[in-house]
Order: sequence, then C-alpha cells, then structure tokens
Amino acid sequence: MSRMLKSALGWMDDRFPLSKVWNEHLAEYYAPKNFNWMYYFGSLAILVLVNQIITGIFLTINYKPDAKLAFDSVEYIMRDVEWGWLIRYMHSTGASAFFVVVYLHMFRGLVYGSFKKPRELVWTFGMIIYVALMAEAFMGYLLPWGQMSYWGAQVIVSLFGAIPYVGEDLALWLRGDYVISDATLNRFFAFHVIAIPLVLVILVFMHIVALHAVGSNNPEGIEIKKHKDDKGVPLDGIPFHPYYSVKDLVGVAVFMFIFALIIFYMPEMGGYFLEHANFVPADPLKTPEHIAPVWYFTPFYAILRAVPDKFLGVVAMAGAIFVLFLLPWLDRGVNKSIRYRGPVFKAAIYAFCISFIGLGYFGMQPVTEVGTWFSRIFSLIYFAFFLLMPFYSNIGQDKYVPERVEEK
Amino acid sequence: MKKLSIVLLVLISSQLLAAGGTNIELQSANVNLENKASLQRGAKYFVNYCLSCHSAKQLRYSRMGKDLGISPELVELNLMFTGEKIFDGMTISMRPKDAEKWFGVNPPDLSLIARSRGADWLYTYLKSFYIDESRPFGVDNALFPKVGMPHVLSDLQGLQKAVYKDVELEDGTVKKVIDRLEIAEPGRMNEKEFDKAMNDLVNLWSTWENLQNLSVKDWVGKS
Repeated sequence: MSRMLKSALGWMDDRFPLSKVWNEHLAEYYAPKNFNWMYYFGSLAILVLVNQIITGIFLTINYKPDAKLAFDSVEYIMRDVEWGWLIRYMHSTGASAFFVVVYLHMFRGLVYGSFKKPRELVWTFGMIIYVALMAEAFMGYLLPWGQMSYWGAQVIVSLFGAIPYVGEDLALWLRGDYVISDATLNRFFAFHVIAIPLVLVILVFMHIVALHAVGSNNPEGIEIKKHKDDKGVPLDGIPFHPYYSVKDLVGVAVFMFIFALIIFYMPEMGGYFLEHANFVPADPLKTPEHIAPVWYFTPFYAILRAVPDKFLGVVAMAGAIFVLFLLPWLDRGVNKSIRYRGPVFKAAIYAFCISFIGLGYFGMQPVTEVGTWFSRIFSLIYFAFFLLMPFYSNIGQDKYVPERVEEK
Repeated sequence: MKKLSIVLLVLISSQLLAAGGTNIELQSANVNLENKASLQRGAKYFVNYCLSCHSAKQLRYSRMGKDLGISPELVELNLMFTGEKIFDGMTISMRPKDAEKWFGVNPPDLSLIARSRGADWLYTYLKSFYIDESRPFGVDNALFPKVGMPHVLSDLQGLQKAVYKDVELEDGTVKKVIDRLEIAEPGRMNEKEFDKAMNDLVNLWSTWENLQNLSVKDWVGKS
C-alpha cells in the first residue's frame, strides 16, 4: 500500500511540485520555536476566511439580490431553509470574528515589530487585505436590506460626495443611482460575492508567500536565520508541520468554543454584531434616529465625526487608515520586539490602544459634545502615535538584545 | 493607568446619564419561552387583535402551530379566519396605501418586531396608551408619542389617563411631564390580568425572534 502511494506521489511530483511545496511551506518551513498565543491569529484568520467563503456559497444559493426580495429572502433562509439560520449566523458572526482576529493579528505585528525590515512587504500586503476586508464587510452589510444596511450605505457612499469637483459624480457612479437603490444592491452583491473575495484570496496567498520568503518574526524579535546549523536549518527554528500545525489546532479549538457560544446563544451580541434596527426592512423615506456602523468600523467613524468639516473629516478618516501603511518606515527603532523597546515607545503603544478603543466606543454612541471632544483628543493621539514615531521610537531602547532564543 | 481608566469611566458614565432623557421607564416583560399555555394565549390575542392590521408574513401558520404545540387542525379551526392555507404566511388584506390614508403610517409587519424593538419595549408600549382628545383616535402613547395606532386593546384594558408632574428644566422653566398612567375607565380585565395578557403576546413575539434556540432544542431533544 505504502509503495503504491509512494509511486503515485512520485508520478505526481514529476508533473507537479507537490512534495516541494509541502516541504517548503510546511514540513521544512522553519518557524521560530518561541511563538506564544498571539501567533494564533494568522491561522485563525485563514479559518474564518474559509468559513466565510463556504457559508457565503450556501447563503448565495437562497439569497435574492433584489430590493423587493432581499429582506424576505434572508428571513426565508432564517426560517425555512434547513439549517439556514445556522449558516446565516455563522456568516454574520464570522464577519465580526474576522475583524477580531485581524485586529489582534495586526496588534501582534505592531508590538513585536513584525512589520520592520525585512518584512515591510508582509505588512503592506496585510494592510491591503485589511482594506479589502473593510470593503467586503461594508458591501456585505447592505445585502440584508435592513434599515441600517440601507442608511449605513447611504452615509458612507455620500462621504465620497464631499470630495471637491468629482465627489458627486463619483458617489453617483458608485451607487448607480441618486440614492441607494436596487442598482446599488446588485453591484454590491457582485463585489461582495466574487470580486473582492477573489482579491482577498490572492492577497492572502501573496501575504504568505512574502512571509515564507523572509521567515517569521517572533516575540523576541530575533532573526533566526542568522544562526544556522551545517545543513542550513535555523538553530532556533522548528518545522511548521507538525509543531505549529498541532499548536494552531489548540487555538482553533478555543476559537470554535467561543464562536459556537456566540452563534447559539447570542448571535446579535446585544446589537453589536447584528444591529437591532437592521431587522426593519429598508425604508428610503424614514431615516433611523441613530445611524452607527458595525463595531469594527467605529474607530474610523469617530475620527470622521470628530472633524467639524465634512471633507476634512473624510480626509482624516482615510488618513487614519493610510498612515497604517507607512508604519514600517515611520518606526526608526533598531530593536523589533516591545520587550526591548524604550519606555516612550511602550507608553505610546498604551496610549494608542486606549485611543483606538475609545474611538471605537464613541463611534457607536450618538453625537454629544463630550463624546466629540473625547473623539478629538483620541484622534490626535492616534495620529500623533504614527506621525511622531520617527522621533520617539528609538529613545531609550535596551542595549542588550539576545542573539539566540534563550531558555528561561 | 488605573487612575486614567477611572477618570474615563466616570466621564463616560456621566455622559450616558446626560444622554438618556425619556420620562417613561421600560418595564421588564419577563419573557418565558417555556410556558406553552402563555404562548398559545398569546397566539389567540394576536390573531384576534393584531392580525387585521399587522401582518407577520415571515411566519407560516404551520410553523406557529409547531412551535406552540398546537395541532394543524386546531390552528385551522381556531387561529385562521379568512380561508388561508396552513402553510401560508400570516398576511393581511389591508392595502398599504389605504392604511397610510387611515392611520398616517402603514402598520409594520410584526414578524421581527421583538428583534427590532426588544421585548421590554413592546411590553411597555402596549401598556402605555392614555386618553388624549387631541389625537385622531382619542389616545396617545407615553412611550411612543404621536403614535398612529389606536388603542385596540381598550376593551380589555379600559382607558388610562395620564397623571402629570412638574419638572424644572436647566434654564429654570417648568415643564409638565407624564408621571404615571391611571385607569380612568375599567375594561374587561383588571390590571393584573391585562399585564398577563400582554406578557403572553410579548412571549409569542419573542418565539419568532429566538428561532435558533427553538430549533436547537428540537434537535437536542431528538438525540
């Protein structure tokens, strides 16, 4: 039997680099041996992506991208399609879970300096994935055709109208109509189910190829490729498979526990994952009292609202995302990991986290004077964190950084 | 770090207090999906009092019967009045255009009302109609001012009148706000009975929301 398998594999390998790819990316891909729990979120992001694609295919089978039918077709999935409610909740919870794991994945990169040389492109591809993911989530949220779907899309697309000269035409071009309408729903559906997912999958592939070319960073920020044995194997590396494939399964198990708890017991997550107002069919004549995007967009929404001028608000919001792309070139620190960074950088990370979460909170709330001022302060901290980084990032770094992963 | 978070918490909570300004508090609906008798009474009230103006089109009669433990024969006999089929959704024959002429708004479909409004809101809403001669139907709602809906349950509850109190605003002016509602003309039910009936209705609507729980229960029960 094993001889037959071996000859089948040999036949395959003569025609397709199966063993080669397996070895290069799994069995003989050497990852640092000191990964901690924060390294789960990359593989979890792939898991959620697969979940979204598979549940998405099943949803597409019964969903109707038509302004007259969309809302009812979602309810049809929820009530009449066998296990439809489960598929729909897996998809809607998966959207939020995607952002949870991606935010934690980005945070991991931030604190351990995984974006620094030679991994700038890994970070850049990752950032493009993040932007594509935001577009994917935004367009997907229109599809249930509830009040919040409709008015959320109305607000966001109208932001393009604030751009001087071309703005109104651009918004019109995006919507395909003067307001969000059936035409908009159709094109958003096309983008949500095929265009952006395709881009996402290709980008994820490039993200991983770029990562495997330079090798993974680790919590110590050590370059394991500097110390290799005579066979060229990094001394502090262990093969991804089986060591990390098995370790990641533990992360998958924990994730699935939490994921299942939410799906079965609190799929709306108190209105944060599925907003209450979205259970009312879209009504172009009735604006809801309070329009708020889903939680994962609220930090940027708060920045938008913090700026008194609409166009400058849009610029600030876009800038808040764009500045993340520049991170590898803004950070001038020599040491990678936060473990060996200076106190100013550590304090800046704290301030950044507080302001990001604070912005997320105020982005969900109705506009108040206090909220707006807090959003302004947090926005300033957010931008200061990035734009002042060239000046503070190399202050007071540790002199001693270990060459090898040390046993503790 | 700790100090900062305390300062933040205080500021945030004071902001929340400032934001909430409705003078009527939501009452707890005490939703209980296990009480089949309550759910069945809720279905009775629903088809008798709501279903002529409000549809629940996402919900089939058959599904309601199944969830509530009522046989299809009994559903057809007691809950269906106008020649629908058991697998039909609960629709109405009032045309939206007419409804808008008569009530000012088209009465919303109630299939998802518990999800969009929440059980406590619905329970409080149903109990908050009071006499207001300035309104077209002679009643207004304390939770939903200038509501288009007449008090269709007045033969059960009777009519309530509002008791006002004076509240001093920040700028020194005094404003009359509703303090509480009192029964002015009794109906067929006393207050306790009416509360129970409204609880039945809200329980029913909540089953339409918690589909996944019911399905999982069915599934776990079978294995």
